[in-house]
Amino acid sequence: MIRTDNLVFEYIRRDEEGNVEGITRAVDNVDLDVKPGQFIAILGHNGSGKSTLAKHFNALLYPTEGKVIVDGMDTSDGEYLWNIRQEAGMIFQNPDNQIIGQVVEEDVGFGPENMGVPTNEIWERVDESLRAVGMLDFRKSSPNHLSGGQKQRVSIAGVIAMHPKCIIMDEPTAMLDPNGRKDVIRAARALNTVEGITVILITHYMEEVIYADKVFVMDKGRVTMEGTPREIFSQVDKLKELRLGVPQVTLLAHELKKNGLPLPDGILTREELVEELKRIKNVANT
Amino acid sequence: MLRDITLGQYYRTDSVIHRLDPRVKLVATFVFIMSLFLVKNFWGYLIAGVFLAVCIKLSNVPPKFIFRGMKTIFFLLLLTMVFNLFLTPGKELVSFWKFTITYEGLKMASMMAVRLVFLITGSSIMTLTTTPNNLTDGMESVLGPLKKLHVPVHEISMMMSIALRFIPILLEETDKIMKAQMARGADFESGSLINRAKSLVPLLVPLFISAFRRAMDLAMAMEARCYRGGDGRTKMKPLIYKKRDRIAYGVLYSYLLVAIVVGRILFR
Repeated sequence: MIRTDNLVFEYIRRDEEGNVEGITRAVDNVDLDVKPGQFIAILGHNGSGKSTLAKHFNALLYPTEGKVIVDGMDTSDGEYLWNIRQEAGMIFQNPDNQIIGQVVEEDVGFGPENMGVPTNEIWERVDESLRAVGMLDFRKSSPNHLSGGQKQRVSIAGVIAMHPKCIIMDEPTAMLDPNGRKDVIRAARALNTVEGITVILITHYMEEVIYADKVFVMDKGRVTMEGTPREIFSQVDKLKELRLGVPQVTLLAHELKKNGLPLPDGILTREELVEELKRIKNVANT
Repeated sequence: MLRDITLGQYYRTDSVIHRLDPRVKLVATFVFIMSLFLVKNFWGYLIAGVFLAVCIKLSNVPPKFIFRGMKTIFFLLLLTMVFNLFLTPGKELVSFWKFTITYEGLKMASMMAVRLVFLITGSSIMTLTTTPNNLTDGMESVLGPLKKLHVPVHEISMMMSIALRFIPILLEETDKIMKAQMARGADFESGSLINRAKSLVPLLVPLFISAFRRAMDLAMAMEARCYRGGDGRTKMKPLIYKKRDRIAYGVLYSYLLVAIVVGRILFR
């Protein structure tokens, strides 16, 4: 679905006369391969280059070196620009700054309007995408009266209405409260499992990552770790080095193990930990 | 709260006038204003007044909302009347000290007053019965022919609707910045007018910075959703003339005809 080959992106800082002051390598030799239908998570602390990387998938930024291929189309090739943007939708961090319409349904219709979809079909698409994110009851509301989580779900509906094959979410939950965060992640997972849309979730909340098929950890523009959530979270110390936390349950299990309990690495959910602890208790009793 | 403010002065109710196509209302307002400057006598204004009264009645908007707009132009109205009353030369009616009121002056003053009141009332009916959103759509469509003269009609209406969307957000932001600065001892409420204006400067700087940041984010979000200007764009809610709109045009043009015939030709 999305492939990058030796992707490099450099920000060039210039002084007031336009002379080059310095070059910052935001993305450094990244090779990724995302298969259709996967749920991918990209982790990294602030300034690790994850947002810059995300903007390449949607042809909002072009590689300085290397290539980004979206569904067989090279993003540097201007001919496919609009096809790429339609196939790879993007959700941004601030819900207020990406809603264009003054009424929810009009905002959802904005993408299809731009693509030149006929009027009847726009209405069908708006209905189905608002239903998919559970916001159909709010179709006539003004976005200003919605909560952050609801606004972010409207943004997701706006992208689904363009019938993308892939959705890139750039820290969609960073400005939301815990409830809104849960709703947004639930909507994203539903799209992935029900509609089969590839999801690339960029985040620094570890709890959101545990359901991903594959996790990439970024640091200083490079991909430093990749693997399943279990593989990644079994390396608690390495993650700490990268200034990233792990889910609370995983951390608890890790600390317990360090203090002598025979627990396996990479426990992700509360249920798993409870099961393991029960097992240990039974073994100790016999 | 600030987010509940209504923009413009749309009055939410249902009526024939509310349901009319915004283009009809825009054209009607323009034609009505034109007619006010074309008629020259009492009978013409009477017809215009009747037409206006019928529109107000049909719009279901309480008259007090319509005449509230009058407060803002009260001084302008008074000034126009005073100047016309005292400074028009002609047959003397009353005279005291240095001032004379002439017959022509009285006529001129009352005509100007009626004209202004009708003009404001007519355009308030339009803004009271049309949502800002609909109004921008109507504008884009009515001004469509100007595209041939390279006037960026679509872009202007897009800018207007985005501005409408962001006004409540920026107001809320202003409120936030004000509270943050008040918490650190800033004073926006006391002192002379000049001092108060000065205290707004530190408020405007962060507000502008954040507005620009928002604009950049929004532009990127629009691009990500395939926005590429007005060409090749379809409409989710296209404006289509219905039967009532055609009837409204008929009524409008017959009004214009009658007003001109009565106001200019029949009675001179």
